[in-house]
Amino acid sequence: MNSKTEIAAQDMFTETAVGKQNRYIENIVKIFFFIMTCLMILPLLLIIGYLIYKALPVLSFDFLLSNPQDNMRAGGIWAPFLGTIYVVVVSLLAAAPIGVFAAVYLNEYARDSWFTRIVNLAVVNLAGVPSIVHALFGLGAFVLFAGFGESILAASLTLAVMTLPVIIASTTEALKAVPMSFREACWNLGATRWQTIRRIVLPNSISGILTGVILQVSRAAGETAPIMFTGAVFYKPIAEGDIFAYNIFDQCMALSLHLYTISTQVPDVAEGIPYGTAIVLVGSVLLVNAAAIVLRVYLRTRKKW
Amino acid sequence: MQPVIEISDLKVFYEDAQALNGISLDVYPNEILGIIGPAQSGKTTLLKVINRTLEFTQGTSIEGTVKLDGIDINSISDVYGLRRRIGMVLPLPVGLPLSIYDNVAFAPRTAGLRNKTDLDEIVERCLQQAALWDEVKDRLDSLGTKLSGGQQQRLTIARALSHQPEILCLDEFSIAVDPITTMRIEDVLKTLKEEMTILLVTNLVQQAKRLANRTAFMLNGDLIEIDETDVIFSENPTNQSTYDYVNGTFG
Repeated sequence: MNSKTEIAAQDMFTETAVGKQNRYIENIVKIFFFIMTCLMILPLLLIIGYLIYKALPVLSFDFLLSNPQDNMRAGGIWAPFLGTIYVVVVSLLAAAPIGVFAAVYLNEYARDSWFTRIVNLAVVNLAGVPSIVHALFGLGAFVLFAGFGESILAASLTLAVMTLPVIIASTTEALKAVPMSFREACWNLGATRWQTIRRIVLPNSISGILTGVILQVSRAAGETAPIMFTGAVFYKPIAEGDIFAYNIFDQCMALSLHLYTISTQVPDVAEGIPYGTAIVLVGSVLLVNAAAIVLRVYLRTRKKW
Repeated sequence: MQPVIEISDLKVFYEDAQALNGISLDVYPNEILGIIGPAQSGKTTLLKVINRTLEFTQGTSIEGTVKLDGIDINSISDVYGLRRRIGMVLPLPVGLPLSIYDNVAFAPRTAGLRNKTDLDEIVERCLQQAALWDEVKDRLDSLGTKLSGGQQQRLTIARALSHQPEILCLDEFSIAVDPITTMRIEDVLKTLKEEMTILLVTNLVQQAKRLANRTAFMLNGDLIEIDETDVIFSENPTNQSTYDYVNGTFG
């Protein structure tokens, strides 16, 4: 009797065939997923490495701060660089308030009704519209109908319409992350919805909201189609080093369009210039994304529950 | 005696279900009214009707009248003022993501009080009333959400007292609180009864027995019986199901 229980106890800790197989599969699956994860970062590293390698001969502050010269075959990228900054900033100034406040309304005030359902449906579908369609809309609505002409303003508003649904979606996510019980507690204390939003909901969702908005910078900066009909031009020299060189009713150059033209439309461009343009575009976007991550990490350390 | 709350034939419908099937009861000043009954019997809904926060739930409709000091609550235009006349403590403790001080000062501030001395006075008084002052008086600027569950529940009570309510509603306040804290809060309630009327919704029938002057028994949206606590817990309440519930035969 005694020896029997001893054997049973031993058996419990001896690996069975099934146990061995499970452990084996577990390891294979884990390694497989790890390889997939590595595959994800590989393209990014290759792209950036290749761009830097090719762009190295032209990269300098002079390249950043001087206008393109000699029919784009020489010089720098100051005009398109500043143009992109203008377009992105103005588009965010338009899209961020509208998107954030619309999301606050939808999430905090609106009840589930046919109206909010239509709005939410519109948001989802607007996010799926190809950028070239946004370009045609911008051409019709802002350039022609509103009479802004082909200008930074028209291009920015077109980009704003394009980024709006994503800002609404990310803001809604951030607002939903604030527990409902906080709102109920405030209402029980006789707070209005606005007092609840201002004192509890917004302060605790601002990190998510800002991250969502900042990440739209990268999308707006990289787009070519929506701006090429609405404000971005092939060539327009501006005062070098002057950050106020554009007026928002001017047309402008833009990095994305500039990259396209010098790569496909202009013969005999020095090899480094397109790569330099690309690395400045990618680098600026990555810088903004990094800022968003730093901001999010910082605000998360101050998370209050 | 003029009742503080008069509820007559109150019916509440959620989208496809009826939560209250015509309830009538009066609540008198400075009493503790215990409300007992199993889950889904409409206890929480009743409290939400009284402070009109049921309006935040979509798809509800209310019939019947609820009067506060003789005034129909639906005729009160300042709904926020109405809510401040009623303190509400929910089952799970909710420390707002603010400092302890700001948690308690929240309601007075939303009502427009800015004077620092007055706010200090309210914060200290309410925290003392909720038996929390001694534990937190040296760290009023630390976060309310970082307190323990029992402390957060007392913070919630302090917050509910901060707007000087006439009526304090507690909805199963002891569900997430340890027994010792529960006893401390029960002692607090006995003192608070001197100043206000207390509606005590509880799953613990013994808690109602310990605290309540009168006890109401609710079941599936009906008010089965309301009487002196002694009668409800006696050998012969009016209704057999009251006896069965109180003595643990069901529920």
